[in-house]
Amino acid sequence: MVGGKTAGERIFNLTTVAIMIILMVVTLYPFWFSLISSLNSGADLARGPVFLMPREFTFGSWTAVLSDPGIMKALWITASRTLIVTAVSIFYTAMFAYAFSRSYLRGKKFYVVIGFISMYFSGGIIPSFMLMNWLGLYDHYLVYILPALFGGFWNVIIFNANYKALPEALFESAKMDGASEFRIFLQIVIPLSKPVLAALGVFTAVGVWNDYGTTLYFTQSNDLQTLQYMILRLIQSNRAVENMMSMQGTNLAVSSLLNGTQGQGPVTAQTIELAAMVIASIPMIIMYPFAQKFFVKGVLVGSVKG
Amino acid sequence: MSSRKQKGFRLGYDFWTQFELKLMLVPAVLLIFVFDFSPLFGLLIAFKNFEPIMGIKGIFTSEWNHFQHFILVFQNFQFWPMVRNTLGINLLSALIGIPVTMLFALLLNEIKHHKFKSLVQTVTYLPHFLSWVIFGGLFITLLNSAGIVNVLLMELHLIDKPIQFLADPKYFWGVAIGTGLLKDIGWGAILYLAAMAGVDQSLYEAAAIDGAGRIKRMWYITIPGILPTLMVLIIFAVSGMLNNNFTQIFVLQNSLNLPTSQVIDTYVYQTGLLQFQFASATAIGLLKTVFALLLLVGANALSRKLTKTGLF
Repeated sequence: MVGGKTAGERIFNLTTVAIMIILMVVTLYPFWFSLISSLNSGADLARGPVFLMPREFTFGSWTAVLSDPGIMKALWITASRTLIVTAVSIFYTAMFAYAFSRSYLRGKKFYVVIGFISMYFSGGIIPSFMLMNWLGLYDHYLVYILPALFGGFWNVIIFNANYKALPEALFESAKMDGASEFRIFLQIVIPLSKPVLAALGVFTAVGVWNDYGTTLYFTQSNDLQTLQYMILRLIQSNRAVENMMSMQGTNLAVSSLLNGTQGQGPVTAQTIELAAMVIASIPMIIMYPFAQKFFVKGVLVGSVKG
Repeated sequence: MSSRKQKGFRLGYDFWTQFELKLMLVPAVLLIFVFDFSPLFGLLIAFKNFEPIMGIKGIFTSEWNHFQHFILVFQNFQFWPMVRNTLGINLLSALIGIPVTMLFALLLNEIKHHKFKSLVQTVTYLPHFLSWVIFGGLFITLLNSAGIVNVLLMELHLIDKPIQFLADPKYFWGVAIGTGLLKDIGWGAILYLAAMAGVDQSLYEAAAIDGAGRIKRMWYITIPGILPTLMVLIIFAVSGMLNNNFTQIFVLQNSLNLPTSQVIDTYVYQTGLLQFQFASATAIGLLKTVFALLLLVGANALSRKLTKTGLF
């Protein structure tokens, strides 16, 4: 910047920094709070909340959550669907986008039209429910996989903008040499699109890992619960007890998880809830900073310009 | 395409290449038809005497009922409160969220210390990547009657008895708007920051030489520079006015705050999937989709007229 620092500038800078620090504290503190509470004895927590550090440290709630068969089952369902859906949907979407981005694709208008219709029109929840039932996907593991295998037209637009930035001469010379479209896609386009593949892969994985709607709408058996859904039911059942509200039925997996916590021991329903929340957010917390650098450059700039 | 290419060698237009390309399009097209388009037939039941027991055939064989579901929807005593909650939460979220996020991005852009700036960004992105179950669950715990927020407010003698943030309908809109803002402020700022990076830096230098201070430069250079981005975000906000964030509201909702927390999406879920009123739930969903499209087209037209930028 040009010019020296006046008193006004200095006040402006200090205020800005102060606002940013407050915002960071407000953002981070809830996570810190839940982490220390989940590592604190539940009986002690009932006397009053902990603020900065655990008062009576215990791993009890963490071990209780991590050794619960219901949680483990939910973790398996969530992790397996996240891996499968991310891998396949990124591949299908990238492949669709490649064919779509070729200037010599015949009948491109058709694909534009179905793409935009799929973005703006939806049958909504009830027609989807009827479809899943009819296809036999209701209350089946595949309901987590099949409907999610295409990443949506929005991702196609982002891929398309990124492919357009690749040098055209590369494709032309590969075609002259007789390379097939599949080969160009697999051996030229994919290696050159790593940033956008990584960024959209992270988005997809985050979306699938965090989704509880599919479980809520399209499944009913305890064997098919996802981690997020189980935590939701845990929160709801704890709140219902606190506020003496009526609950819509009880969840077997949740009640068996809470079974060992009757009374006022070191592990209570509240610490179980917090421990489950902290554990379920660990993968996201680990993953997002790695992919962060791709977001601004790889994805958003491309899509804004495109 | 140049005329030379069109007349002469037309790379890629041969049968085999076209066949290969179509093959690459097939998986996605099939998925779109099965999972996005085929449910559109289900919308027919909004106009028919359909019962879930009839099965999939019933969509086509049941009788038309002359908009009876739509008439009943408007007569339903729960309808207007639900529309009020939907619009209220969304409108206030946009009115508060858009300026606050923009202000945050403006201030962040003024920070020249690179490491501090990226630290702030990394920290404020975090909540965006966590599910509403976890983020909402954290705030349910914090805002509990014995939770840390109430304990602090009592210690500071600002209140005499705990505020029932989630059990008292009075506070639900505030909780929904506040948590929504905190979850996405960092992420929302990315688009503004990308737009700000595109502003011509020499404008700032010229303005500084002319004696314009920080705030004047922000007002006369940065804000006009990010106006197109701002308009796109406003169009999205307007077209999403009827679309509540179901995942958020459903987590924060409970039977006590229902008067202010029941929105269109949660109502459709409740009556449709829990009470099996398929036809009327579909009718409400369809009404919502149609009005949302009208809002999108309207907002886009208005934006094009006023600022000459739009989505399409």
